[in-house]
Amino acid sequence: MIINHPLLGPRDSAEFTYMGDASLIDRPDWKNPQALTQFIDYGYMRDNPAGAHCELWYHEQGDRSFLVVTRDTTTHEIFSVELARDVARSRGRST
Amino acid sequence: MHDLIATTALGAAAPCVDHHGPISLTEEPGFALASIAARRGGERTTILAIRRMIGPTAPKAGHWAGARIIAFWTGPDQWMLEAPYDSEEFLFERAIKEVKGKASITEQTGAWCRFDLRGTNLAAVMERLCPINMATFTTGSATRSSIHHLGCFVLCRNADHISILGPRSSAASLHHGLLTAIRAAF
Repeated sequence: MIINHPLLGPRDSAEFTYMGDASLIDRPDWKNPQALTQFIDYGYMRDNPAGAHCELWYHEQGDRSFLVVTRDTTTHEIFSVELARDVARSRGRST
Repeated sequence: MHDLIATTALGAAAPCVDHHGPISLTEEPGFALASIAARRGGERTTILAIRRMIGPTAPKAGHWAGARIIAFWTGPDQWMLEAPYDSEEFLFERAIKEVKGKASITEQTGAWCRFDLRGTNLAAVMERLCPINMATFTTGSATRSSIHHLGCFVLCRNADHISILGPRSSAASLHHGLLTAIRAAF
């Protein structure tokens, strides 16, 4: 599997480490009154789609970027690769 | 004052030099290193600070730039500075002054060992060591890759000269890996 790194171009997936569902970017606000329920969902509840899935990949043997990779879990086809920080910032995080 | 004896990363008094076929492999202890990571909102100030130190514009992803002091790209908004130790022992202090609090500087000199490969057809060695695409890895290229299970920075100084920076605590393992690849290639 080749991951097309947005900055460094196509790299073998062996250079990367899978770091879980990209929903981990949406960390709840601990000050929210519903924080306990939200953190339980955040920590334990995962979708398990047969098809497109947004995942975090860490370029451990490269530039140490976190990437959001949208991948078909049934075919391993990769639809898009983005820097995770760009995705997080587009959702209003760390702006 | 302590009476300490300086040793190279391989533990000897003098840098290790190996020759095999058309290739020479030299341990290069005489360099100071400092990492620069721009803080949020400080990206522009950091890039300008790097330019003041190295001359040309801060290198983009996958590249290095400079002459006496060089910088190579290590990640988004992050670079490593490298300069001769004799004249720039306090490279990190200079960088701290230049970035005016807009970037985090870490002294890295003691964390890395550097080996330089010189000779013709270095691609034959490199392709046995790591997955870098040597067809596009030309003068000015710099990237991080895994060599002998160690995360290393690789810089193409010119077509006949490649530098490899690896973790100093694993210098002997890296040296063994490099020698093995050279002997396999030639």
